[in-house]
Amino acid sequence: MDEKIFLEKFAEQFDERDSSTLSLGTKFRELSDWSSLIALSVMAMCTEEYNVILSADEMEKANTIFDIYDIVKSRNNG
Amino acid sequence: MASKFSLDNRTVLVTGASSGIGASVAAECCEMGARVVITARNRERLDVVLGKISGTGNSSIVADLSTEEGIDTIVSESPVLDGLVLNAGIVITSPLQFIKRETIQSVFDVNTFAPMLLLQKLLKAKKMANGASAVFTSSMAGMGSVTMGNAIYSASKGAINAFVRSAALELASKNIRVNSVCPGMVDTNLLKENPLISKNQLDKDIKNYPLRRYGTPNDIAYAIIYLLSDASSWVTGDNMLIDGGFSLN
Repeated sequence: MDEKIFLEKFAEQFDERDSSTLSLGTKFRELSDWSSLIALSVMAMCTEEYNVILSADEMEKANTIFDIYDIVKSRNNG
Repeated sequence: MASKFSLDNRTVLVTGASSGIGASVAAECCEMGARVVITARNRERLDVVLGKISGTGNSSIVADLSTEEGIDTIVSESPVLDGLVLNAGIVITSPLQFIKRETIQSVFDVNTFAPMLLLQKLLKAKKMANGASAVFTSSMAGMGSVTMGNAIYSASKGAINAFVRSAALELASKNIRVNSVCPGMVDTNLLKENPLISKNQLDKDIKNYPLRRYGTPNDIAYAIIYLLSDASSWVTGDNMLIDGGFSLN
């Protein structure tokens, strides 16, 4: 699974954010433009792009983008 | 007075009866004297509900309401009805940007098209008795109390609420009443099994309810029983909000 593409897909869920401002270590909750709707959108993105259903509990436990990337990578066979 | 709420000698069909609000409606209707015909997709779960409810003469029909054949099966196997509870429903959470035609189709198939068509086909087959009452399980979302990510669900229920009023107007001359109940969040498997909602989110959301709890399936079942009974014989075309005060905020 390509890290750069994942970061781009993650960034796409924000209104205006370039993926270059994000890294796997980014604590996404600390971003000023983070919101509950973006959380829902990230979950929907994981389903649509990687066929991985991320639960709301998993989303809540995640702190960095890597935490989400890691779950998706472990379940995505593609 | 109590007798006005009785369902003695009534035959009531309940869709989505294998769990949640539907199972509760089936059980409570029997308590009030009705015979029930319960339907759902899963035979085993339906049998469990049938085994638990009181009275004699109850029956079940296994059918998938998302298909035309499923609807036709119910219509052909159903006896003449005094009450119809159109309760089967699904929730798919999806932010707007991820909505697809297929998602809209699958939600509307079950939540909107199926109950409309089941009522239509039962009427055509002359299986709605004079004086019958049809009750849709809608949602507060259909009345505009919406939540994030649930646009398709809300639209599917909003369509039902408008349909209820039109159907009530047309069927009044046949002495058939049509109403809906519009619950707020009810503690059912639909909620518990939704991986997109966390326990934390639920705990926080409950605080939005002035009565400080989510609804129980029985809270909704009692309102449905009222709408099925003679106690509501002058009530038609109503979308009855049952939301623990949620919309007061």
